[in-house]
Order: sequence, then C-alpha cells, then structure tokens
Amino acid sequence: MAKKTEPASKTPGTGSNTVPIFIMGKHYDVPDTLTIQKAMEYAGYTLVRGCGCRGGICGACATVYRIPESYRVEVGLACQTVVKPNMHLAIMPFFPANKAVYSLEDISPTGTVLAEYYPEIFKCIGCNTCTKSCPMDIDVMAYIARAIRGDVERVAELSFDCVMCGLCAARCPAEQAQYNVAILARRLTGRYIRPRAQHLLDTIAYLQEGGFDAELEMVMRAEGKELEKLYNEREVEPEMADESWTPKQQVAAGRGK
Amino acid sequence: MAYTPELKELIKKVEQTRLERVARKQAGKEFPALTLEERGEVLQKFHPDFLPNTKRALKAGPSKGYEIPHEYADILEASSRVEADSLRLGEPDYDTDVLVIGGGGAGTAAALMAAENGASVLIATKLRHGDANTMMAEGGIQAVTKKEKDTLAAHYLDVLGGGHFVNDKELVATLVREAPYAMAWLEKLGCLFSKFEDGRLKSMHGGGTSRKRMHYAGDITGAEIMRTLRDEARNHPDRIRVVEFSPAVELILDEKGQCCGAVLFNLETEEYRLVRAKATIIATGGSGRLHVQQFMTTNHYGATGDGLTLAYRAGVPVKFLHTVQYHPTGTVFPEQAEGLLITEKFRGAGANLVNIDGEQFVYEREPRDVEAACIIRECSDRKKGITAPNGKVGVWLDSPMIDMLEGEGTVRREFPGKHILFRRYGIDISKEPMLIFPTLHYQNGGLEIKPNCETRVPNLYAAGEVTGGVHGENRLMGNSLLDVIVYGRIAGRTASGRIKKVKLGTKPSLNHAKKFDEELAAAKAGDSRVAPILLPDYVNPEVKERHRVVE
Repeated sequence: MAKKTEPASKTPGTGSNTVPIFIMGKHYDVPDTLTIQKAMEYAGYTLVRGCGCRGGICGACATVYRIPESYRVEVGLACQTVVKPNMHLAIMPFFPANKAVYSLEDISPTGTVLAEYYPEIFKCIGCNTCTKSCPMDIDVMAYIARAIRGDVERVAELSFDCVMCGLCAARCPAEQAQYNVAILARRLTGRYIRPRAQHLLDTIAYLQEGGFDAELEMVMRAEGKELEKLYNEREVEPEMADESWTPKQQVAAGRGK
Repeated sequence: MAYTPELKELIKKVEQTRLERVARKQAGKEFPALTLEERGEVLQKFHPDFLPNTKRALKAGPSKGYEIPHEYADILEASSRVEADSLRLGEPDYDTDVLVIGGGGAGTAAALMAAENGASVLIATKLRHGDANTMMAEGGIQAVTKKEKDTLAAHYLDVLGGGHFVNDKELVATLVREAPYAMAWLEKLGCLFSKFEDGRLKSMHGGGTSRKRMHYAGDITGAEIMRTLRDEARNHPDRIRVVEFSPAVELILDEKGQCCGAVLFNLETEEYRLVRAKATIIATGGSGRLHVQQFMTTNHYGATGDGLTLAYRAGVPVKFLHTVQYHPTGTVFPEQAEGLLITEKFRGAGANLVNIDGEQFVYEREPRDVEAACIIRECSDRKKGITAPNGKVGVWLDSPMIDMLEGEGTVRREFPGKHILFRRYGIDISKEPMLIFPTLHYQNGGLEIKPNCETRVPNLYAAGEVTGGVHGENRLMGNSLLDVIVYGRIAGRTASGRIKKVKLGTKPSLNHAKKFDEELAAAKAGDSRVAPILLPDYVNPEVKERHRVVE
C-alpha cells in the first residue's frame, strides 16, 4: 500500500479535484466529490453485485476499506461514502448467514425465543466490532446483549434502522448473524408485543357489514362535473387536527359507533 | 459537504420569515391551494409531461399509435435479446406452478399468497430479493383504518382527483376496498408501524389526501415492509424458491397463445435458463433508470421497465404511460445525494416550500404533479430559485418548521434516516432547510390489467408499478406501497386459484417475439435496439471510448 498521499489534480471538465483510490488493489484517479459507487462507475466498472437502491437503505453495497495512515478496517455503504485519498476498498458482494425458519403464528415473544432460534448469541465475546462495523450507527452489541437477556422489544427498537447489509456478521469473531436475530425480534414485537390496532379490526368489520358500500357506489357512479364537484367539496381534515377529529359531513350511515 | 457561506447567507432569508409562517400555520391559515383550473394551467405550462417533442407514437404492438415518452417507446420498440432457435424450450430447468418475475413488494406479496394457497412458487429477480423501489419508499401506506373519520369513498375520491379523474375506476375501487385488509395482513406479519401506546396507528396527510390516512414506520416504511415480506418468504423454503441475479428476458407462449413460463438470463454466468409455469406474474416494478427527459431519479438501480417490454411483445397493451411522476422534492445539494428522495412526509408534517427571498410560493400539500410544476415555475419563469455550487437550481424545503410546530426533536425522531444522512454531510435538517428540485420518481402507467390482475394473455398476470390504470395520470403519496401489497396479494391469489384448471400446450415457443420483430422491421421502428436493457449504463463515456475492439 502507498503510504504517501499523492497530490490532488484537476479533472478536466468536472471542476473538481481527483484523488487516487485503489479498487480491489487497482489504482484509479477519481473526482473527490464522488461516492465510492459513482467512483467505480467513473473508473469504468459496470456494477451487478454491490449496487441496489443507491440511496442508503437496501444494504446491497457494504464496503470495507483501509487508509494507509491507519491500521483500522473501515466500513461504509458504497452509495453513501465519499471517496478518500488512497483508500483501498472492496465492495462485499454477499456474505452468507443462516436464517432460522419459523412460523410467526406458532411462536411467542418469550425471553428465550431468540436464544432458541439463535443459540450462538451466547457466544458473544463483547468485542464491539459489530457496533464499530455498522454503517447505520446501530449499537449492534447492545442489542445482542438485550437478546441474551431476552428483551425482545428492546432488540427491535435498537435495531430498527438496520439495512441488513451483513457487515456485522462479516466482522463478528463469534460468527453470529446479528441482523437475522434482529428481524425476528422486530417481527415478534410488531406481531405480539405492541398492542394491535383495534380501530383497524373495527373498520374491517364495518367494511364487511357493507357500511361503506352505499357511499362508495354513489361516488363511483358520478361522472364529469358531478365527480369534480364531489372532489372539490370533500371535507379535508385540518393539518393541526388531533386524533379525535371527525368530519362535519355525515358521509356514511352508522359511522363512529 | 456542509452549506457554503453563500448558501448560509441565503438561508438567513428563510429564517427571517419562518416564525411568521409557523404562526400562520398554527392559526390554521394555510397558503391557498390551487383551484382545479389553476392546477390545469400550471401543469400545461410547466410540467415536463407537456413539453413538446418529448413523445412519439408507437409504431408497432398492441398499443400502436399511442404517444408516450421516447424513453418508454425505446424499450417497447426493441428486439429480443434471445436467439429463439438456440433454446430447447421443451426442456425447462425449473418447473413451477407460479413464476413470479420480480422480487420486490408486489412480487413477494404475490409469492406469499400463492404459497399460502398451496402453489409452488419460483421468484426470479434481477438483483437481490428485495432490491426494489418498495425498499426505498419512505413516506407511508394509505388505507382507511379509522372509520370514525374516513371512508372508502373519501379515499376513492382522493385517488381519482390526484389522477385527473381518468383512472380505471374499478381498479381504484378495488385498491381502496382491499386497503384495510392489506394493513391488517402487514400488521399480522409483524411490521413495526408507528403507533400510539394503545396500538392506534399513527397516520398523517400526504399530498392530495382529504384524511390523515397515511400510515408509516418511521421514515423507512417501504424498507420495513420489504424486509418483513422477504423474511416471511424465507420462512417457506419448501414452497418458495428464489433465483437471484436472473432477470426474465422473454416470456414463453404455447401454441394456444397462453403464457407458459419465461426465459431467465443468469447475469453472472450469462447462460439462459428456462422456466415452465402454469401461471406467470409480472412484478418488475418501474423504470426511473430510463431517465425520461434526462431527469435524475429516486429509483432503484434495477428500475429499467423490463416487464413492460416482455408483456408488450406478448400482446398486453400499455396505458397511462404518457405521464411520468416527478417527485417534487429531490435533493439538489450536496452533490453526493443528488436526486435522492426527500419524503413528502416532510410537507405532510408542515414544512413549507420557500423561494430565494424566503417567501412561500405554493401550498405544500398539492398533488405531486402540481407541486412539481409550481417548483419548476418558481425556478424558471419567476427566477426565484436558489443556485447550488454545482449550477443546479432548487428551492428550500423548510424542515426546521417541523420542530417548531411539533416540538423540539421531532425531525430527528420522525425522520431518522434523512437526519443521519444529512448529518454525515454536515447539515442538521432540524436547524437548516434542504435544497430541493423535482426528480423522476414513478411510472404512473404500465400494463393493462383487470381488477383480478389478469392481462389479455392467458396465464399472464401483472401487479404493482409495472401496471397502469389505478393511479390514472398521477399517483398520490402512500398509494404505491398500497398498490404493491393489494395487487400483489390479488395476483398471487388469482394465479394460484387458476393453476388446477390450466392445461399447458405442448409446443412452447418464442414466436410472439419473432412476430413482433417482423412487425418492427415492417414499421421501420426498433432501430436495432435490444430490450429489456436490464441495467442502466453509467460507465464513464471516456472509459467506453477506450473499449474499442479490433474487428
């Protein structure tokens, strides 16, 4: 690896400086404003693996890199991380992880359920590499600690921003697949721990009774000016209204029971 | 990259008017919304759909004569990638009841429903399972869930008004009627929607909604739905097989004209693999990566409209492709985030759009097309836009208002994804506004379907963004996630319900693609283009110059 930062130079036509980067060991000069992803395309790569939403949410472009000045392994999402001079990088195309197969309907959010499906959580050695490896700034080790204690809901909360890129699993010396533990916790939380939306079930019951039908049929029959009139005169819930707001127009018989 | 001193100076003008704008909103005095006449006028003059010389009439295929943007026409008037005679179509590599083409929200929902009905399912997807626009949908999902204040008729009217009253009414009715069931299904699968303590779903407005019926999971609603559906699909390895990095490049039809499978292309080994299926569901999503009128896009890397090409060749007409949705608020600055979606939820939560003088110039909850046209007008005709260091022009989205309206910390709590992203660039969006401009967002139209997801080709179904009709000429926020779940589920149910009665022919062929090629040649269309294009071409042109091959 080059230990010296090479001087930056102007790229013709782009108005920005170029910096040297090393894509899987090969040297390219790229504009310093680009993300790693765009820099690879600038260098001539057609991405197949390692490119997804290009917006930091799908987790397809987990990337590892080193800067010569530091001994550390750095991580980031290629679509979100701007190139740094002399970075040596590789996009991780895929990392295998075992996922437990379960029937959500047949399990419950007990203190032991996570350990039942992922007993390796107890092998955590507390090194914190997972947390340091997370491009979404999630405290991964903290949620694994909660998983060990059986606090399903807290695992769900702490892991909510997870994009399942796999960097935590790739770096874990205890060979865990943290993000699969996390999604099980989130689904258990959504299904069993958070109260169900009773109003949704009531609305469905009302729908099944045909409560909405007459009004829907009426607006479906409307055409042209009549339809536009219905649209223009429909009552709009005020922006600042709270949950107790109800419309003045009694649009459906038997509403609000 | 933090705001430059020049931009920081301009932000002061936004700050000067902010208190007053917040006070107006608190007093319930909204900026006046445009009348239908005014909407029509601003759209005619400033919306990209109405610019001259951006469309052409199709010269071949089932929608011959229909005028659509050149970029869409280019992928419809194109030849097959496959050398038809080189494949042994009678010897499939995969045999399945239901083939789902596309591994996004609609495809995965369809697969789950078909599997639940006892069918064997194969999902063939171009990139990874879950790499899709669904994953990127931030804002939320509309559905009538609070009967005390909302009705199916109100939702129906909103969808129709947003779509300029030309939507397929039966598709709209099905969408709104199935919406509550879709929400209940997602809740049962364990999606972590934002809720009050008692389980009541939080809901808010989107552009063009008459009731706060947009439900959300923080600002990553689509990702939460997609990762949950994908996890559930992986819980059924006995019923649902997934083949990644293997896009479908042609449908296979039998001698009765029925769809009986597809040709897949393994992107890594570059071999063709054949699927025989009793039912095929096209759920390939949208096409933002075609960059209509060279607009930046919020879309996923794989959004190249592949399903439109496949089905059009096989005889399915396209509808409503003459309009394209430009999301009003895409990032202009910093350059690294250019084109990136800023969810409409910011405006739903009350953030104004403000020009260079700190003046609000449009009501922030107009339907998307109207909002986008008003922003373009402000930046072009009225010359009140703000110029970024890269020369791009935009207007301010005044996100700090949200903390003032809803309490300190709201932006950080409700928009964690965007807050973290901008913080990386040295911008705190709870204190500083965002610079935005419209960005290519959604394929309003697509394949013609019936409310049960059937197409005109027997055994061929379609669902989600690849279809056209439900959103008319303009989709409202929160109705695309709803569309993929509702119609994905319907497609899965319909397709799996039919498989027992399906009798596939004995002569599978690609004759339809051959015939289409002949029609193209006769019409002097096609221009030796090949489609589906599969991946957008972002390779540096200077590098391609050096690709020259000696013949």
